[in-house]
Amino acid sequence: MDIKSMKNYLYWLYCQFELITCSYLMEPWEKLLFYTFNVTMLVMVLYTTYIFVPVHISTAFQFFLHLFGNQHEKTVSVVK
Amino acid sequence: MANPSAVCNGHLHHHHHQKQNNLLKSGIHKKNGITKGMKKNGVSNGTVYKKKFVEHFEQAPMYVAVLTFLGFGVGTIFGYLRDFMRAWGLEKRNLAAEREQQKDFVPLYQDFENFYTRNLYMRIRDNWNRPICSVPGPQFDLMERVTDDYNWTFRFTGRIIKNVINMGSYNYLGFAETDVNALKTVTIELQKYGTGICSTRQEMGTLDKHVELEKLVATFLGVEDAMVFGMGFATNSMNIPALVGKGCLILSDELNHTSLVLGARLSGATIRIFKHNNMQSLENLLRDAIVYGQPRSRRAWRKIIILVEGIYSMEGSIVRLPEIVSLKKKYKAYLYLDEAHSIGAVGATGRGVVEYFGMSPDDVDVLMGTFTKSFGAAGGYIAGKKDLVDFLRTHSHSAVYATSMCPPVAEQIIRAMKCLMGLDGTTQGLQRVQQLGKNTRYFRRRLHEMGFIIYGNDDSPVVPLLLYMPGKIGAFARRMLEKNIGVVVVGFPATPITESRARFCVSAAHTREMLDTVLNALDELGDFLHLKYSRYSKSSHPELYEETRLELED
Repeated sequence: MDIKSMKNYLYWLYCQFELITCSYLMEPWEKLLFYTFNVTMLVMVLYTTYIFVPVHISTAFQFFLHLFGNQHEKTVSVVK
Repeated sequence: MANPSAVCNGHLHHHHHQKQNNLLKSGIHKKNGITKGMKKNGVSNGTVYKKKFVEHFEQAPMYVAVLTFLGFGVGTIFGYLRDFMRAWGLEKRNLAAEREQQKDFVPLYQDFENFYTRNLYMRIRDNWNRPICSVPGPQFDLMERVTDDYNWTFRFTGRIIKNVINMGSYNYLGFAETDVNALKTVTIELQKYGTGICSTRQEMGTLDKHVELEKLVATFLGVEDAMVFGMGFATNSMNIPALVGKGCLILSDELNHTSLVLGARLSGATIRIFKHNNMQSLENLLRDAIVYGQPRSRRAWRKIIILVEGIYSMEGSIVRLPEIVSLKKKYKAYLYLDEAHSIGAVGATGRGVVEYFGMSPDDVDVLMGTFTKSFGAAGGYIAGKKDLVDFLRTHSHSAVYATSMCPPVAEQIIRAMKCLMGLDGTTQGLQRVQQLGKNTRYFRRRLHEMGFIIYGNDDSPVVPLLLYMPGKIGAFARRMLEKNIGVVVVGFPATPITESRARFCVSAAHTREMLDTVLNALDELGDFLHLKYSRYSKSSHPELYEETRLELED
């Protein structure tokens, strides 16, 4: 039952997407072109996110740590 | 009642365009539901309107406008793609093109002007020009047609879709009927006169039927005289040039019908446009016209005429007649009122906006109307003082050149008008008018409660339901037809680009069951297509709609 209502909801969302972007009016080959383009862009954005975002976040984290936690590092090096 | 509404007032003012009584002028305040007004001779000071004037022009949330533009953007990109393919021969050209030998001449077809038609209209073209094969009463029969090449050509399958509920015809009082008893007199006249007139009014085309009809129209409206013409559009476009000419000024509403615009342009007078139903804009124009006169010579204008309509069919709004009449009297201008949609449809006994506002027909100089909408016939009339109508009988282009109205149609109007006035001995006419009023109020109230955005005045039988996005226009019309309901959807050239709508015309012939069927279908479809954009669903805020706003809204 839950799966069925979930599927209905997803189908409804897909219909909304079709109506809003006018792909409801397109001929089949135009739809193919449009969806291919969209899916390609989406995959590229996700791939970029996957590659770059963790690196950027850890760099930013280190920068802030350096900014605020500078005293602790110094004491650590003296002890060393 | 005062305190919560005072807070809501600011909220309402920002989001909800609601035009109401201008009680402001005399500073009448509502405290705890009691009106403390200055009363002179038993009449509240400053009120021009005898009853509440409530109009809705709600704006949709911002994301709707953004998504609409997105939809049009995608449509435009694909339009360019298709045009590119057509230009480079990758796709067959279906529209007109010049011959090879003419390629070096000045281009005959400006491609870009038809961009919208070629690329967006063609895709949803199957929702317009649908042929019907029965009388356009509350229900009609539709010829089924299919397309094999995405709406470039159609073919009829031969089947007929029966009993489609008709929400698109201008059949306000339900006089488009085939009942034999109702059409008895029309049949008699048809056998007596035949169908053709074969002449113009000024030659041999004036029959005793026309004289009878004109007298009846004049009595119906309460004026001195009237003249009837064979075609409603031509009544405007052929008579305005006879009434005004060069050196005159025409002040025309922004959203006037094409017939009025055409008539105004043909006349050669100067045309100035004022914002839709906006009295400040009109007053500014009048003042400028009187102070500055004609553009170069600074002479006074020969005539200043204000062109307005009774009910605007795309918005469903009713003209603010009392204010216009007071402005016209103050600045000594003339008023031309086009009651195409309002005659028969509003007013306690169906006599149009003049009766709706409780005014006298002497206040309006030229009363024009058509018989196409409420009377189930064809043609138009112009009514007013006897001098005006006598002038038109000699000077109108329509009287000199156009064939006059044919007798069976004239008889149909006579019988419909007699029915409305009660002269046939029954109260059927009054019942129809009241039924229309009930249907209108019920339909509008239910649509507001469901959460759709509806434009227009609460008493107007024309109900525009906003769809906004181009993709939804086609989907809406097709799905309603699948549910056996015929609707009219309107898109870009006739409406602003972001405000496409579906326009319903309520009729006195619709029964409560039919309206309920339509409303249930709209409910379902509204949920499926996500059309319920209204932020003010009426049932949840009943007190907001009883409020009398104390500010004049532009």
